[in-house]
Amino acid sequence: MARAVTPQRRAVNTAAAWTIALLIFFPILWTILTSFKTEAEAIASPPSFLFFDWTLENYVTVNERSDYFLHFMNSVVISLGSTLIGLAIAIPAAWSMAFVPGRRTKDVLLWMLSTKMLPPVGVLIPIYLIFRDLNLLDTRIGLIIVLTLINLPIIIWMLYTYFKEIPVDILEAARMDGASLRSEILYVLTPMAVPGIASTMLLNVILAWNEAFWTLNLTAADAAPLTAFIAGFSSPEGLFYARLSAASTMAIAPILILGWFSQKQLVRGLTFGAVK
Amino acid sequence: MATQHSRAAGRLMLSPAVILLLGWMLIPLSLTVYFSFLRYNLLMPGMEEWTGFLNYRFFLTDPAFFDAIRNTLLLVGGVLLITTIGGTLLAMLLDQPMWGQGIVRILVIAPFFVMPTVSALVWKNMFMNPVNGLFAHLAKGIGLEPLDFLAHAPLFSIVMIVSWQWLPFATLILLTALQSLDTEQLEAAEMDGASPLCRFFFIVLPHLARAITVVILIQTIFLLSVFAEILVTTNGGPGTATTNLTFLVYAQSLLQFDVGAASAGGVVAIILANIVAIFLMRMIGKNLER
Amino acid sequence: MGTRFAATLASAFLASTALAQAQTITIATVNNGDMIRMQALSEHFTDANPGIELDWVVLEENILRQRVTTDIATRGGQYDVMTIGTYEVPIWGGQDWLVSLNDLPADYDVDDIIPAIRAGLTVDGELYAAPFYGESSMVMYRTDLMEAAGLEMPEAPTWDFIAEAARAMTDRDNEIYGICLRGKAGWGENMAFLTATANSFGARWFDENWQPQFDSEAWATTLNFYLDLMEDAGPPGSSGNGFNENLALFQTGKCGMWIDATVAASFVTNPTDSTVADHVGFALAPDNGLGPRGNWLWAWSLAVPAGTQNAEAAKAFIAWATSKEYLELVAENEGWSNVPPGTRMSLYENPNYAEVPFAQITLDSINSADPTNPTVDPVPYVGVQFVAIPEFQGLATAVGQQFAAALAGQVSAEQALQSAQTLAVREMTRAGYID
Repeated sequence: MARAVTPQRRAVNTAAAWTIALLIFFPILWTILTSFKTEAEAIASPPSFLFFDWTLENYVTVNERSDYFLHFMNSVVISLGSTLIGLAIAIPAAWSMAFVPGRRTKDVLLWMLSTKMLPPVGVLIPIYLIFRDLNLLDTRIGLIIVLTLINLPIIIWMLYTYFKEIPVDILEAARMDGASLRSEILYVLTPMAVPGIASTMLLNVILAWNEAFWTLNLTAADAAPLTAFIAGFSSPEGLFYARLSAASTMAIAPILILGWFSQKQLVRGLTFGAVK
Repeated sequence: MATQHSRAAGRLMLSPAVILLLGWMLIPLSLTVYFSFLRYNLLMPGMEEWTGFLNYRFFLTDPAFFDAIRNTLLLVGGVLLITTIGGTLLAMLLDQPMWGQGIVRILVIAPFFVMPTVSALVWKNMFMNPVNGLFAHLAKGIGLEPLDFLAHAPLFSIVMIVSWQWLPFATLILLTALQSLDTEQLEAAEMDGASPLCRFFFIVLPHLARAITVVILIQTIFLLSVFAEILVTTNGGPGTATTNLTFLVYAQSLLQFDVGAASAGGVVAIILANIVAIFLMRMIGKNLER
Repeated sequence: MGTRFAATLASAFLASTALAQAQTITIATVNNGDMIRMQALSEHFTDANPGIELDWVVLEENILRQRVTTDIATRGGQYDVMTIGTYEVPIWGGQDWLVSLNDLPADYDVDDIIPAIRAGLTVDGELYAAPFYGESSMVMYRTDLMEAAGLEMPEAPTWDFIAEAARAMTDRDNEIYGICLRGKAGWGENMAFLTATANSFGARWFDENWQPQFDSEAWATTLNFYLDLMEDAGPPGSSGNGFNENLALFQTGKCGMWIDATVAASFVTNPTDSTVADHVGFALAPDNGLGPRGNWLWAWSLAVPAGTQNAEAAKAFIAWATSKEYLELVAENEGWSNVPPGTRMSLYENPNYAEVPFAQITLDSINSADPTNPTVDPVPYVGVQFVAIPEFQGLATAVGQQFAAALAGQVSAEQALQSAQTLAVREMTRAGYID
């Protein structure tokens, strides 16, 4: 994998990439810095970058006011639950579309995507009525169902494109060797598709983690995830930027850490590019 | 090539996904279509009655309707352009060997983790505000008049905010695709004296074609329903400069609680979205059939 | 058999939730400071009522409003206590969606509630919500800048004086803007301010036959006055400024005057957040010599949705949270200036509270607003800065967008008013008010 490059080339790459990365990251860095300021300093002009009185006051306030852990657990359960169920349904479907395509496969794909095009705000009332009748309002299981369904087309699509990249010959070779369909998927296809599955999974967890329409509108006290936690700190009467920044930092920190780990996972899975 | 057996297995494995999505689509959609023919305001119960196409006429004759279509297309198009081009370049850069690659990648991906409401609030108040924002301070620092972004370039500002959120997605997908690129092929081309530009257009870009297609299609779906960013920054204004279709439907459904008109708007939106999707498929669908 | 099993399961489930929830009430509220304080102090309530547990749902105003409205209109039953405003109460009360609070205990002393506020929460003689805090709007100004401009703020200024002072105080080179006003489109944002202002200019939303009035002379005067004033003396970016944006500007010393909610007084005089805390003066909202002043009336109130299983516990909580004792509890814990204002007469008769610098002016502002008779000419609707009909939220937001566009310089005042008139006629025709 490691391509031979001169140290100079490496240095140029490093400098360019770090500059761009820091620019892109800056708004988040700014949010994190703001979370350690007082409300007055957060709107001070000109703003101070590092030389202010660092304070943990905002974090204390945020924790006093809401049950972070409850919201955090709800977010974890909902985003992981919907991702795992989604993958379990999507991997066979994507396998079938990629390797046993029928005449209508492309139409089915397009149709699946089109189910995502109904603006959620237009179907809120029907869904709310259905959820009320099924006693699913403000339950984790209700949210898992909704998030699985809204993200399913995306998972299938992404897996499909990754699977298409895998040379069919290898699967056929496995089949010749007498591998059953199940072991073909489990032991041949899946390991080869690990980077694809991993990045699909990561993306889906993020999408579910940040989904802020259904998670806000279908919950009340029990199943509300971090999106609702954030909505409790945004735009009250009065200054709120520092506290909102603290709440936001707490809401994105878990997924940033997860991202950091799966980043390593992704890079490791890449060596398989040599399979060709 | 595929045997009868595997065909049957294929259908079997596809069916759970198809059945679930069919249910998810048919139940709300049929309710929505039904409501769209009713006079049905949530705040005035007991007055429901059949009105035919009245809701559709009302929604389609909204003075903001054509602006909303234009804004939706500009928003989707602008963000797609920025994120696919920017994402390709960025993915290629991140694919190069460098120090601290892992950290750089996570920094680049990070904006995708931020909830849309939060990022809109941060951009609006801490960056674009013409008095207290960082951009205003930078402009004043070099002796320029600060630009009032959200009043004088509202749609552009929203395109920038949304692009910032979606650039990481494009980069991540394209980076994953780049990594399955056969480096030997690139090296061979280099030996043969192909210029970097040549190598990009004849080896890298074709390899990325399918990933780019995925990026465009998936982003289009999400971008068509961009909403939180608009609500937080401009509330659809000034005028109708940043009103998109989703915002129009929102106004009917969660401000007016006019379920009839909102459902009609939802049906119109899904029809238009599918037209866009078919159009896109015609344009780039070839990439999916290699 | 399947259905029977499901039915058994469902009834078992219902029974168990009924038991478990018998004394747990879910309270939906806004994330404003006074409600946050109520949540922090609620232990006093649960200590006194060991049988009742509280679940809190604290959300930002817009999201809270869409949540509770969806829930009550679909009978979702997610909440036992809802925080709603004077806009919702007349509409919801008229639909019998709320439990009447007429039977609150005698020691609650319902007659102590400020009459203007109580009237706004009463429909057909039934009190449908208890006010948690009330607010009006007023002028907040910088005493030091006013002095430097050689002017003196009267207790009850006219719009002409405000305009003159704003222009005199403006010093663009030093980023001092004479006046900060709301510009961000929204029915609760720029339209709250502009509707209240229009009242003082003699304009109204609808005539007695529900005909929209944006083509009237009075509206043209209002809008042109506002646009000219903001052009000469307003900060850049006004068309994106709501309450919070202006608060940040005022607290960092960029505004000479600010006309907005009375609750802002406690923020701008709080030295930890505000750099100008020592130089703030207050005055009544301006008038134009026509009678009405340009101030509004709002009360965040607590109500019980009809159909809740826990109505009694919910009422007990409301009686506690809006009681005189609660005001004293806050004063004890957080000081008199943090007591939720604008709900009870007795608070304003309390000598301790009279020492709070903005106490009297808040009461005077509240008392000078009349929701049933908001402007010069008679109107068919209730509400000062809003029109209490379900169509108002969407319509006023669309109209607010037009006015924001005029403020951003994208359309002229005439064009904005013309579009507003078209929108209003269209909406009112659809809703069946006019033909």
